[in-house]
Amino acid sequence: MAKIIVNQKNIEDIDKAIKICPFGAIEWNEKAREVEISAACKMCMICVNKGPEGAFELEEDEVFIDKNLWKGVSVYVDHDNGVVHPVTYELIGKARELADKINHPVFAVFIGSDIQEQAEELRHYGVDEVFVYDDEAFKDFRIEPYTAAFADFIDKVSPSTVLVGATTLGRSLAPRVAARFKTGLTADCTILDIKENTDLVQIRPAFGGNIMAQICTPKHRPQFATVRYKIMNAPDRSEEPTGEITLCEPPKDLSSKVTVLSSKEKEVEEDIADAEVIVVAGRAIKKEEDLDMVRELAKVLGGKVAVTRPLIEAGWGDPKTQIGLSGRTVRPKLIITCGVSGSVQFKAGMTNSEYIFAINKDPDAAIFQVAHYGIIGDVYDVIPELLAKIKQSEEVTA
Amino acid sequence: MKTLVCIKQVPGNTEVQVDDNGNLIRSGIDAKMNPYDLYAIETALKIREDKGGKISVMTMGPPQAKEVIREAYMMGLDDGFLLTDRRFAGADVLSTSYTLSQGAYKAGDFDIIICGKQTTDGDTAQVGPEMAEYLNIPHVANVKSIVECKEKSIVLEVEMPTTIQTVEVAFPCLITVEKGIYQPRLPSYRLKKKTKYQEITELTLDDFKDKNEKRYGLSGSPTQVEQIFPPEQNTTSERWEGENLGEKLYDELIDLKFIYKNK
Repeated sequence: MAKIIVNQKNIEDIDKAIKICPFGAIEWNEKAREVEISAACKMCMICVNKGPEGAFELEEDEVFIDKNLWKGVSVYVDHDNGVVHPVTYELIGKARELADKINHPVFAVFIGSDIQEQAEELRHYGVDEVFVYDDEAFKDFRIEPYTAAFADFIDKVSPSTVLVGATTLGRSLAPRVAARFKTGLTADCTILDIKENTDLVQIRPAFGGNIMAQICTPKHRPQFATVRYKIMNAPDRSEEPTGEITLCEPPKDLSSKVTVLSSKEKEVEEDIADAEVIVVAGRAIKKEEDLDMVRELAKVLGGKVAVTRPLIEAGWGDPKTQIGLSGRTVRPKLIITCGVSGSVQFKAGMTNSEYIFAINKDPDAAIFQVAHYGIIGDVYDVIPELLAKIKQSEEVTA
Repeated sequence: MKTLVCIKQVPGNTEVQVDDNGNLIRSGIDAKMNPYDLYAIETALKIREDKGGKISVMTMGPPQAKEVIREAYMMGLDDGFLLTDRRFAGADVLSTSYTLSQGAYKAGDFDIIICGKQTTDGDTAQVGPEMAEYLNIPHVANVKSIVECKEKSIVLEVEMPTTIQTVEVAFPCLITVEKGIYQPRLPSYRLKKKTKYQEITELTLDDFKDKNEKRYGLSGSPTQVEQIFPPEQNTTSERWEGENLGEKLYDELIDLKFIYKNK
């Protein structure tokens, strides 16, 4: 049993030693007159690493696994009714990069119904082997048959690493399979790397993104990680297909206690609070119809339109889409403000956004104080030029 | 109808910083119930209002985690279990799920186990499904609403990537519910007084069927935190002026992956 041992004699200042622990797990036991570690311990190792010399020690027990028997970086092909989620291509790109460092192959595992055409398409993204489980039973996503097929793949192929997109389905399936193999799973990794000994280096935000944790699965295989969409880079599609397709016999028992009764299209939600991309129209928009270019920009970026208070007062927007102290507070990945001056109230509602682009004619506009990219120009020049550029690239490649 | 709700005590806030020496600086050590778990509790209460029965609540943590069970009592839950043992410390997702599954075996036979979507400190959303695997029961994640609770099954609406599915799942099963499935009620003062001395059953490793220490806490955790560090802040502060600003913006948005070049 791995644990932290307290060497009492190496603790000079007890109060100071107790304060090292950010979780309050180091306690003074009045009865035993000893410093103890309580169940609140998160094994963060801070006391071992930062505490008084020799006071806190890690006692570990050894487990051995032959890592050479586990080969390949695998990607689960995330799809909804056969439509492959783009996170899959991004993970294949990452898998290739990791696999090349340790000289492993890249595998994809594709579980679904009537999916062989889509499986063929994956060969254009640099996969060495696509393992396909094609059966009527996989038509709807139900946890038991999907887990059974995934487990069958791992039994057959023994991959070293398994990457799964952190989609609604992936977040349900990956833990189930990881638990079946009693192995580690690290959720929502933002950075992945690999050590020479094939240990996957998994970095993910913790405490609401306030710190980053580097996590490894040193004694178990396969090592599972999930990654959100738009974190990794998708490779370009190659003209010539590579690798091969292997059709796998589905496991015999594909029964499920879950029955899918019906399914309906999701309604589009108008809430800006959860949007990842927001384009904001400000007072520089002169006419209501000019909002169209802002809407178009939001549309091509897959985002939502928001407005500032003057536009709400002019009756040009839904009050639910107002950003600021009297409106919504937002924290998107990308926010582009178009002709917004940047009042204190407005800035308070959006200053935590990850990337802030501000377009304004006035070089002294307050919005530039919080912008990561301050674009000093007229929205009536910049946005149409941007939209034209996007359209042009679409036409070229179409 | 026997329901189990799994809850967790989490830090009162996630304001945490790392100083130059790599130490965690936490402002305050106040703790609260994981907000997502309130929805799980409310869902269980709605099922009980409809079908009757009993709702148990379970958490794993240090002795002070009893506070969240007290809070669950104030919302109307019937009995509580605290899984607490020094040997559970340092548990990652897998060993947490295993510990909870052992606790659930011990606590009774349940028709349905309800978990919140995720926690605010771990943010993994993985414990529910892993626990279901260990209990060998089906699970349904991302449950948006309860359509109907029947004698031997439950009909649910589930958030899928592009659709809302209606599914029926047989008991026993585990579900994880979305934030907003039902508006959680506030703790009641009347119940607070009534349940002030109500017992909370404490379970340790010695109470479990599987007493192998290697499956719990850090020993049972395949993942290990190697180090922690502060996130990179976006400290970009650029000013652009002049011509072709739209094109420049286009290039930057491609670089940052907000625009995808069509393949």
